[in-house]
Amino acid sequence: MLELTGKGRIDKKEVLRYLGYYGAKDVTGIEEQLSECEKLIYSALSPKACFEEYAISCGEKLNLGFAEVESKSLAKNLEGCSKIVLFAATVGAEVDRLILKYAKLSPARALILQAMGSAAVECWCDDVNETITQKYGKTKPRFSCGYGDLPLDLQRDIFSALGVTKRLGITLSDNLFMTPTKSVTAIIGVKD
Amino acid sequence: MNLLNKLKKSILVLDGAMGTMLQSAGLPAGTPPEEWNLTNPEKVAEVHRAYLEAGADVICANTFGINPLKYGGGTEELVRAAIKIAKSCCKGFKDKFVALDLGPCGKLLKPLGGLDFEDAVTSFKRVVKAAADAGADLVFVETMNDIYEAKAAVLAAKEASALPVFACCVFNAYSKTMTGASPEAVVALLEGLGVEALGLNCSLAPREMKSVAERLLKCASVPVIAKPNAGMPCIENGKTFYSVGADGFTADMLELVNLGVRCVGGCCGTSPEYIKKLSVAVKDIIPAPVKQKNLTVISSYTDAVYFGDRPLLIGERINPTGKKRLKQALKEGDIAYVLNEAVTQAERGVHALDVNVGLPEIDEAGTLTQAVAEIQSVTDLPLQIDTSDPVAMERAMRVYNGKPLVNSVNGKRESMRAVFPLVKKYGGAVIALTLDEGGIPATAEGRIKIALNILKTAQEYGIKSCDIIFDTLAMAVSADSNAGVAALDSLSYIKNKLGINTSLGVSNISFGLPNRDFINSAFFAMALNSGLSAAIMNPNSHEMMKTYYSYLALAGKDENCLKYIEYASRVQAGAVTETAKPSDKADGSDLKYCIIKGLKAEASVRAQELLKSLSPLEVIDFYIIPALDDVGQGFENNKVFLPQLLMSAEAASAAFGVIKSAFGSNAKSKKLKIVLATVKGDIHDIGKNIVKTLLENYGFSVCDLGRDVDPQSVADAVKKTGAKLVGLSALMTTTVGSMRETIALLRKECPDCKVIVGGAVLTKEYAEEMGADGYGKDAMSTVRFAENIEAELNG
Repeated sequence: MLELTGKGRIDKKEVLRYLGYYGAKDVTGIEEQLSECEKLIYSALSPKACFEEYAISCGEKLNLGFAEVESKSLAKNLEGCSKIVLFAATVGAEVDRLILKYAKLSPARALILQAMGSAAVECWCDDVNETITQKYGKTKPRFSCGYGDLPLDLQRDIFSALGVTKRLGITLSDNLFMTPTKSVTAIIGVKD
Repeated sequence: MNLLNKLKKSILVLDGAMGTMLQSAGLPAGTPPEEWNLTNPEKVAEVHRAYLEAGADVICANTFGINPLKYGGGTEELVRAAIKIAKSCCKGFKDKFVALDLGPCGKLLKPLGGLDFEDAVTSFKRVVKAAADAGADLVFVETMNDIYEAKAAVLAAKEASALPVFACCVFNAYSKTMTGASPEAVVALLEGLGVEALGLNCSLAPREMKSVAERLLKCASVPVIAKPNAGMPCIENGKTFYSVGADGFTADMLELVNLGVRCVGGCCGTSPEYIKKLSVAVKDIIPAPVKQKNLTVISSYTDAVYFGDRPLLIGERINPTGKKRLKQALKEGDIAYVLNEAVTQAERGVHALDVNVGLPEIDEAGTLTQAVAEIQSVTDLPLQIDTSDPVAMERAMRVYNGKPLVNSVNGKRESMRAVFPLVKKYGGAVIALTLDEGGIPATAEGRIKIALNILKTAQEYGIKSCDIIFDTLAMAVSADSNAGVAALDSLSYIKNKLGINTSLGVSNISFGLPNRDFINSAFFAMALNSGLSAAIMNPNSHEMMKTYYSYLALAGKDENCLKYIEYASRVQAGAVTETAKPSDKADGSDLKYCIIKGLKAEASVRAQELLKSLSPLEVIDFYIIPALDDVGQGFENNKVFLPQLLMSAEAASAAFGVIKSAFGSNAKSKKLKIVLATVKGDIHDIGKNIVKTLLENYGFSVCDLGRDVDPQSVADAVKKTGAKLVGLSALMTTTVGSMRETIALLRKECPDCKVIVGGAVLTKEYAEEMGADGYGKDAMSTVRFAENIEAELNG
């Protein structure tokens, strides 16, 4: 088990993509909002993550070392791997607090903060991924519950395997969503 | 020796990690440690015995992860088993204590998560009750990331048992909890609730705990606990170990003890070896007594605010007395207006906000509780709960996230009997008015006498004098020319002779006089100079703010006059109130332009100007609606993007707000009423909020039920409002089931109501298959759908 903390960064292009600016370059009229939101969100980010490696094997079901699961798409993703790294990452609860605040005061700002929060957690996952790749060598693209046919229920097993709630403060609702909302869990296959 | 005596006389040693110990004893990864209380009790007992032999005074029963949300009816059995194991291990040892280990319940509380505060309290209470019945010696609340959950746990412990309560939160490297609370805010809240010891555990190594520990020690009047991790987990050759060894751990812990920490133990990665070295090292240390800090403090969920050094400003604008627009908002349940008042005052620089919603025709307890929760979601200023109804006061204090300021108690027996027990139980600083059964004494002597009686009675209730703030009552000087002097003389005596903090509702002094601000600000200056600790005042009044900043500069409370300069350089000398100035880019432009460009402040100014020559209907028809249509069409043609659409919507709302303040209504509303909700189990509401904003812009009356709404509440709201359209939102595949249920119920109970659905996982086909009448693919499509129904209604 390893724990990481980071500084937090945001990919602006991703933010615009989330906001619906597909391919559009012109952000006239919202530059000021964007820069104000950026200031707000940076002060709210507190990225944390933890990960652990597991040996895996494929029988009738896929044995992930912490749980067994049936999933063709994950099995395909993990072809050529006998080890995975399981990680959980979050940019913290203060981002949610910020979004909640502006949801009540300014829908435009709430939307932009929402997009920035998502972009921030993705960037943080990239950083965590990079650390894992450095440590273990070549890895497969990260794979999360809900991708392809990988069931969402697997979240419960991931949460108890990594002790996500105790380590990172992320909680899992009965309907399997995480709060703080800007959180991710994923499996990364380590190439043999 | 009992626990609290032991805590007084020595350094109390707590145990170390349980989960990792059980794992090395064979607990499979992924199996909850608490299950072994029933299936493998001997292994649990071995860990306890090892810690007791290592010298721990307190062992934590294996209950960290037990709560009814996870174990339902099996909760009590698991708790009893755990306590029984721990107690049996203590036999043969002297002066050992068993703690119920109360960890987080695994769900985040509202508003950040979905768990209701009272549900959390109820859940914790069951655990505490079972543990107390089984003979636990104390409740150890630990690993709290969210101080609101810590409040629920401590309250539950106090309500369900008479056991001592220790409480620890988790701090990060920036000295904050996950939800943003500072060490000072944690102390204010936990001490207010009456914990016997408080501190921090998990996440950090001993050395990293130093700065937080120092801050806790500086303000806490109860013993401080440190239960750190053995550093960070590392993996080498496939084996997990922790970065700080037992010797390094002990050396760093001794430093914390030297700073004043009184309870020491270990969290993740520690073992009996660590606790043994630690207990040997602290065995002969005789700690200095814990000092009473006597600080007057209130707090929000993030920050503590202290009375004393510099006078505080408490914004008075959320109080309906004499405020027509606020009265209307409260009656209509228009919480957005209240929230804007809160944010505006915060921007003006006040340190706390008064919240009073007392109106004869509304349910005060319900409204106050809701207002407190809502205001706490938009500002991190502490709140002053202002009500004369003890029921409303208790409910609001209960849900308040922090240590509130309470307004007020007075010298009447009945008042003290109602208010003091609440202050004692929930924690709070309380404003005490110097009046009693005999009324308000005309002289300072009379008021001081009442103050002394209030102090004495407070003491009988166990309330410290630092939690009392005296308001010596500013009465109308127009009715009694001695009113100012009486208030100030008693104020000065209480502050300077008794050493107790003071406050005044400043503006009462000018009642009945013209240009009230003149008198108010002069009186304010006099009061500040007499020792006023806090003023309940209007931060929109420049006269008051000028006086405040000038006073700070002149009284040596503003180094290099920085605050004064910052304030004075942004206001015009002659201005009476701060108003939004249109920015240059809106020069010469009209309201339509301002809305299209999403210029909120400018749109209100332009609307105000237009209303001088046009009727509200003309402003709406010639400016606002054409602007909205322009932007809406642009959005539908992919020329305008969602952020701009919303900025325009906000600018239009601002213009509508001006019309509403001037004429008491939006002047133009549609027939169709719409109920909106994010379905049961789902807490994602950004999409729903966007739809709401746009629908309101287009004149529809919207009843927004919020998120996580069960089907019956939707049906009930439709019946109550007579809505002909319901909009439902769901983000996750796991909550689409609730959407289906809600539609089925609506078909049964409200057959003539149409349903439109939207959300990330939905498609047109999915919506049809579920039996919805419409699918909102984006924000504007719901508006168009509603417009069609409106047209049908109008025949």
